[in-house]
Amino acid sequence: MTISFTTRIDERFTECKTSNRAALVAFITAGDPDVETSLQIMHGLVASGADIIELGMPFTDPMADGPAIQASTLRALAKGHTMKMTLDMVCEFRKTDPKTPIVLMGYYNPIFIYGVEAFLTDAKKAGIDGLIIVDLPPETDDELCIPAMNHEINFIRLATPTTDEKRLPTVLQNTSGFVYYVSVAGITGTKKPDITKVDQAVQNIKAQTPLPVAVGFGVREKQQAFEIAQVADGVVVGSALVGAIEQSLDKNNAATEKTVASVTKIISDLRSGIEEAAQNA
Amino acid sequence: MVQISEQLNSYRSGPDENGFFGQFGGRFVAETLMPLILDLQDHYEFAKKDASFKAELENLHKHYVGRPSPIYFAERLTDHLGGAKVYFKRDELNHTGSHKINNCLGQILLAKRMGKTRIIAETGAGQHGVAVATAAARFNLPCTVFMGATDVERQKPNVFRMKLLGADIRPVTAGAGTLKDAMNEALRDWVAHVDDTFYIIGTAAGPHPYPAMVRDFQSIIGQEAKEQMMEVEGRLPDHIVACIGGGSNAIGLFHPFLDDPEVNIYGVEAGGYGVETPDHAASLTGGNPGVLHGNRTYLLQDNDGQITEGHSISAGLDYPGIGPEHAFLHESGRVKYVNATDKEALAAFQLCTQLEGIIPALEPAHALSFVEKLAKDRPKDEIILMNLCGRGDKDIFSVAEHLGVDI
Repeated sequence: MTISFTTRIDERFTECKTSNRAALVAFITAGDPDVETSLQIMHGLVASGADIIELGMPFTDPMADGPAIQASTLRALAKGHTMKMTLDMVCEFRKTDPKTPIVLMGYYNPIFIYGVEAFLTDAKKAGIDGLIIVDLPPETDDELCIPAMNHEINFIRLATPTTDEKRLPTVLQNTSGFVYYVSVAGITGTKKPDITKVDQAVQNIKAQTPLPVAVGFGVREKQQAFEIAQVADGVVVGSALVGAIEQSLDKNNAATEKTVASVTKIISDLRSGIEEAAQNA
Repeated sequence: MVQISEQLNSYRSGPDENGFFGQFGGRFVAETLMPLILDLQDHYEFAKKDASFKAELENLHKHYVGRPSPIYFAERLTDHLGGAKVYFKRDELNHTGSHKINNCLGQILLAKRMGKTRIIAETGAGQHGVAVATAAARFNLPCTVFMGATDVERQKPNVFRMKLLGADIRPVTAGAGTLKDAMNEALRDWVAHVDDTFYIIGTAAGPHPYPAMVRDFQSIIGQEAKEQMMEVEGRLPDHIVACIGGGSNAIGLFHPFLDDPEVNIYGVEAGGYGVETPDHAASLTGGNPGVLHGNRTYLLQDNDGQITEGHSISAGLDYPGIGPEHAFLHESGRVKYVNATDKEALAAFQLCTQLEGIIPALEPAHALSFVEKLAKDRPKDEIILMNLCGRGDKDIFSVAEHLGVDI
């Protein structure tokens, strides 16, 4: 089934393509270290060169995430963060930034408990463009993927090194917005991707879909962004950002004057890697 | 191996091809694990029909585990309670001291067939960890066991046992450091080592095909019990009872009896300090449906879908979820789910020890506490069969502490 609609994600990838460069996708956890700072970080990400924001929805049991994102999700929950606060944050962000695409990323249970229809209605209203739900593989598309498309929200699927050619069409079937290629088999932020393998995998995916392909899991340095930007349409950074947030906090896990800057510094750095890749092309 | 019943309106026909028992179960896992889980399902379906697989498992059951485990008429307990006759299915007499070995041997044979060279597992009380470490030693496979740091502390004898058996123990400090956190960490390890690693899940939960597979491997309990009851009493029991954490011993006992309407079935959850307090692990009584660890089932959670920590005196029961087939049997009404508090379990533990000379694990002591009430209520010509799924040696230190005894 195909439903035709356009989101800010499609527009942003088109813009980046016109400028001949890869998009920079930045992940942070909503409410870490607190809602106010989190919102400042979102604006900071855009100002320092991020094209798309992935906002993590905190969950007590993030099974596919490494220590950095686990810790950040628990910090947010310790401050009493809820799903409604995540959606309210996005509403607030949209008041001054109507253009930057926002993708919510997380696990199914908090959405299931919120109620799928209520969640999709509120998410669309808040200005959410896409969803990445780690524990909803294509076999479960009726749960959230198809209903999300009906609300004109992109359901972005992860493809991994274990997704073979036989399985790839299943993974791509109801995917829209972009395809997120997880460059290592493992949890977030733990291993470095091998660029030759990534190149091959991205080509395999692109042979089967016109959608842009973004690559993440393990991206930390400018050099990696430079390399990935030459083989993919997008570079995703996550654990490095939430790790920097953690480093910047005081003893009580409260934000300091360093917090926002520690994140924007990484983003400017990665963005310059992407720009250099564009000039190199 | 279980024959899936063809009969209409059977309670034994699940799961469907996507792993669902009604709305419960399924495969809610990250894409990285999906191809692996589909592969596991194919191998399991094949092994299930393979006579040599069955023969190998039966041979191990007989000569290595000591099956069939006896059923035993608990005469003094019956006299003491003054009502229905109480029988125990003695799975605590198995090698390694609990029912957990039934499942581990089945899964490790499957791991061998799939060419996997490394075993991982999660454990709470350590009974499953010990069974996995035992099977891994027997089949010469390296084994890593994830165990919550809190549980490592309160289950020292089992931790040392696993180490003696050659297992690598990884204490997990995330969350409250109990079974749920150990399972998260095992899943993370599995995602990172998909090529060579087999994950032996200990309970009848997790993504499909685990709930069905663990149930099938544990159903030997109910199959034997059924035959043994016919032999001894010439009829089926009126009531069968088992304790429930994730629910593997319970589903193993229950499943062969599900389509015998004359048999009343009771699952006993851990009531902790009482199901009216926040400190219990009774997912069916005090929880509601959600998605965790690869399946949809009843979970202890808050209004925002965040998972809360279960509490029980028994480290084997404090999981905040329950196997999806139990969730289904609960909603269908076929099985009645009740609970017993820490205090009640502790009292039953002592009663069984004193009257029958059997030290039960704290897990089946929960079931026994319900059996006490049930037996008193029912006439002398009725029969209750309880699964005594583990022995209590591992618990004597924590029992001493609860009783205020310094040993």
